[in-house]
Amino acid sequence: MGKGFIGRSVPRLEDRPLLEGRGRFAADISFPDQLHMRVVRSSHAHGKIMSIDADAARAMPGVHAIWTAQNVTEIPPIDFRLTPVKGLEPYRQRVLATERVRYVGEPVAVIFAESAYLAEDAAEQVVVEVEELPVVLRATQKPAEFAPSLTTEPVVIRKGYGDVDAAFKTAHGVVELELSIGRHSGVPMETRGAIARYDAARDMLEMYGAAKVPHWNRDQIARLLGRAPASVNLFEGHVGGGFGIRGELYPEDVLVCAAALRFKRPVKWIEDRREHLLAANHSRQQTHRIRAAIDRAGRILAIDDDFFHDQGAYVRTHGATVPDLAAAMLPGPYRVPAYRAAGHIRLTNKTPGGTYRAPGRFESTFVRERLLDAIAAKVKIDTVEVRRRNLIASAEMPYTLGLDTLGTKIVYDSGDYARLLDKALAGISWEKTQAQLKKRRAAGERVGLGLAMFVEKSGLGPSDLVRIAVEPSGEIEVVTGSASVGQGMETVLAQICADTLGVDYARVRIIHGQTDRIEQGGGAYASRVTVMTGEATRRAAAALREMALNVAAGLMQTTPAALDIANGEITRKDRTGASMQIGDVALAMSKNSERLIAEGFYEYSHMVYPYGLHIAQLRVDAETGGVAIERYLVAYDIGRAVNPMLIEGQIVGGVAQGLGGALYEEFLYDDNGEPLCVNFADYLMPTANEIPRVEIILTEDAPSPLNPLGLKGAGEAGANAVGAAIAAAIDDALQMPGAVTQLPVSPQRLKAIMQKKV
Amino acid sequence: MKPAPFIHHVPKTIEEALAILAEVAPQDGRVLAGGQSLVPIMAFRMARPAHLVDINEVKGLDKLAVEGGKLVIGARVRHAAFHKNVVDGPLGKLLTYVVRHIAHYPIRMRGTFCGSLAHADPASEWCLVAATLGGEIIAKSKRGERVIAAANFFEGIMSTSLAEDELLAEARLPLLPADAKFGFYEFNRRAGDFAMAAALVTYRVAGGKIADARVGVGGAEDRPRRIPEAEAALNGKAAGDEAFRAAAEAAAKAVDPLEDVQTSGEYRRDLVRAVVRRALEHSA
Ligand SMILES: Cc1cc2nc3c(=O)[nH]c(=O)nc-3n(C[C@H](O)[C@H](O)[C@H](O)COP(=O)(O)OP(=O)(O)OC[C@H]3O[C@@H](n4cnc5c(N)ncnc54)[C@H](O)[C@@H]3O)c2cc1C
Repeated sequence: MGKGFIGRSVPRLEDRPLLEGRGRFAADISFPDQLHMRVVRSSHAHGKIMSIDADAARAMPGVHAIWTAQNVTEIPPIDFRLTPVKGLEPYRQRVLATERVRYVGEPVAVIFAESAYLAEDAAEQVVVEVEELPVVLRATQKPAEFAPSLTTEPVVIRKGYGDVDAAFKTAHGVVELELSIGRHSGVPMETRGAIARYDAARDMLEMYGAAKVPHWNRDQIARLLGRAPASVNLFEGHVGGGFGIRGELYPEDVLVCAAALRFKRPVKWIEDRREHLLAANHSRQQTHRIRAAIDRAGRILAIDDDFFHDQGAYVRTHGATVPDLAAAMLPGPYRVPAYRAAGHIRLTNKTPGGTYRAPGRFESTFVRERLLDAIAAKVKIDTVEVRRRNLIASAEMPYTLGLDTLGTKIVYDSGDYARLLDKALAGISWEKTQAQLKKRRAAGERVGLGLAMFVEKSGLGPSDLVRIAVEPSGEIEVVTGSASVGQGMETVLAQICADTLGVDYARVRIIHGQTDRIEQGGGAYASRVTVMTGEATRRAAAALREMALNVAAGLMQTTPAALDIANGEITRKDRTGASMQIGDVALAMSKNSERLIAEGFYEYSHMVYPYGLHIAQLRVDAETGGVAIERYLVAYDIGRAVNPMLIEGQIVGGVAQGLGGALYEEFLYDDNGEPLCVNFADYLMPTANEIPRVEIILTEDAPSPLNPLGLKGAGEAGANAVGAAIAAAIDDALQMPGAVTQLPVSPQRLKAIMQKKV
Repeated sequence: MKPAPFIHHVPKTIEEALAILAEVAPQDGRVLAGGQSLVPIMAFRMARPAHLVDINEVKGLDKLAVEGGKLVIGARVRHAAFHKNVVDGPLGKLLTYVVRHIAHYPIRMRGTFCGSLAHADPASEWCLVAATLGGEIIAKSKRGERVIAAANFFEGIMSTSLAEDELLAEARLPLLPADAKFGFYEFNRRAGDFAMAAALVTYRVAGGKIADARVGVGGAEDRPRRIPEAEAALNGKAAGDEAFRAAAEAAAKAVDPLEDVQTSGEYRRDLVRAVVRRALEHSA
């Protein structure tokens, strides 16, 4: 190995164009002669489409065409990418509403016009007549009819092990809670966008503005449009945030591609913010009814959770991913001898849901940690002690949970949960801080401290392929089918490549998200890139190093074992004799029509399980219900930190989004299913003013035994436990255990909680 | 997010502006000042004026001066002008304190004082200032000029007594006496948001007792206004917790609170109580 890029906070390779304002986001891409697409969206939450009158719009100058469902009958509904549970198929979304509309914002028609302004003018002239149908707005209400012979509850996800009923029968006590998480979602700075063009000369369909999973989307677009995958290419540019929601295949992506093919002209669609808040995936909304059977000491004997997942109007690419993960990850870091979860997937007349950073875990961590706090209150021990009594011990690792999710068995690969708890408590001076807060409470302030623990998952397979080539110039090119959503993957892969091969990381160029450069790619989700693509990169770089040393040994008349590569230079280990540049090896090979190139393929069917905890200290304003966060600490075990700065960045960003879900962000609807939060005045994203400094304790106590570098992922640790920690801290501030049962904790809700007390 | 078509007029003189306004007002013409309220609602197509009379190049509308015991604020004066003290004494301090609660820095660089009054958002800080201090609005049109007292200017949510062909040419705020105290407090969920409730108070202390109390509340009703019941609870009392609490209670009782999904009437009343008391505390 070269000396040490891994483990250092080296600067991001991707920063220069972004800081200079030379990024190329979807809206920056244009082609000559392009048409602009505008979507006419349903203004009804549920109803039968009686007629669509587009004559006036069609007659407007500059309008090229208008499509309704009739024009795209041959395009099948968009399929599931993940967690395709049987029974969900009839609930998939077609690219344009057919017969019924099921949420406000559903695409009903599309306009193609010579400019974005004209397209928007024309969209207003389309008259959609709808006969209203009753709306379903709560996942907890009795299932209704979705379509003849289909109900709004397609599937119940069931997971469990052990004898739950027996445990409840013999338990010392039972704790029971009803808890709800509000509907919110990832709201990237860049809205969605897609630009498609058809190159008739090569019979090639191309789409720009791709993100997250370009290869899967390429295959799916090919399938939906009846083309060979090799005749479709997707290109990822800069992506202004992913968070799970961006880059999934949406109706609009398919429509621009279909139109480019049909019109033989480029077609551009850029979403506006209102559309984004109406039409891109929502997430998170669940209500849990959970019970725990406990013994005298507050040890968990069994957990039984019945929960209701508000899926919105259709099941999109994520299939059952979110409720599946919620059910599977709920036990977290605790020993739960018997477990049963039933997750009711319920369709409602709201924007369809998908994954959002820490999907299913933001929700289940809130629920589980509320439960632990309730157990502590019931047996009258403190919230740290109840956790210590229930934590899985490091000696029990690897720990087989007895559940599976996303087609993998859950086995916690490594971890020392109690040790991280100790470090975090020391980091915040838990006892001292508690004493100070107690004093302040005695003086009339409402201040509190709360903590929440979690196990994360990362590195979802099944596989990743990486190809690395060294050019005669000495440049190193790493090609991967993975994607960048801004997380810094170029830097991380370059660091891994650099150390393995023995070169400077700044000489490594990372190509990603281009389907014409590599035949497969897993993409960027599930905190998988550093683990999956990282290990594939290590393998490719190791193979390349071996090849380079073999060739160099021939040229330098020695054995490969006698040689080393450092900073791109091949020398004898004993430092005698001549040396050569790695590019010279490539040059020598090129004379025999050979290339210095190698592939690394990594296939793995298990995930890795990092873990962490959050501690929040906050002050409640008794008169207004406002909350001011005074301190926020995240402790996280990453296994192996390739670039600590990037991990800390991931954590801080995640905390910001978590605070959004805990205190600010919520998609509200009125009783008719009219969305009330479709702009940034009504949908409250936290800003720099609301985000406290985040203290981070990053540890490497439990490297993953499943890959040689010990890697685990970092993308979701910051978001995971914010709702839980804030709820616990508010309880503590009010000295009302169990006070918070619903997120987000808006000032009005908090005021109502306080008024209940007196 | 693309506005509907409109015609953009850029007059250079006030006469020209008034002439265009007279002509286009009946055809859905509107004044464009800082654009920080109008442009977003045009982007949503919730407003679709056929004509915009852009006053940003009109000469003489950038006046910011004291005349006859009043601070005169022309229609082109931006919020950011008040980041610095514009007049000696309590009024200047009050304005520099209040301005930081309006939106965010980039918005304050464009948005105008008079535009805020014309827009008449019930939670606007400048509307609250004008209503509480007894400001005047100078409305000009081809038909002539009139002076409207702030108390008669705000008519409801985003509704004023300005006629459609009238330009709000300037606003005037009376200077505060040198011994005046002021206090301001607003509550919102995020820094820079419109207030869910706001209070501005001014008074003097004479012989140990509060005199000339003004208590204005914004963001709680359909327009900002003074609350006489709260003022009565202050005048003649010693400045201190007891009087402040009584005034806050009186204000909470007196308002007819606006309701929305996030804010019930009862909660808004709680907020009024809190902001009035805190504004008074801030003044002390
Ligand atoms: C994110 C955001 C947050 C904000 N937060 C706040 C806040 O906390 N507090 C607050 O008070 N404001 C807030 N605002 C609004 C901002 O202060 C605006 O600048 C102000 O409301 C309007 O002033 P303007 O000059 O931008 O007017 P414009 O947007 O140009 O016009 C607004 C309306 O007033 C009319 N108008 C403007 N000037 C005149 C005139 N001289 N004569 C006749 N009619 C006129 C226009 O025709 C239009 O109908 C916020 C705005 C944004 C975008």
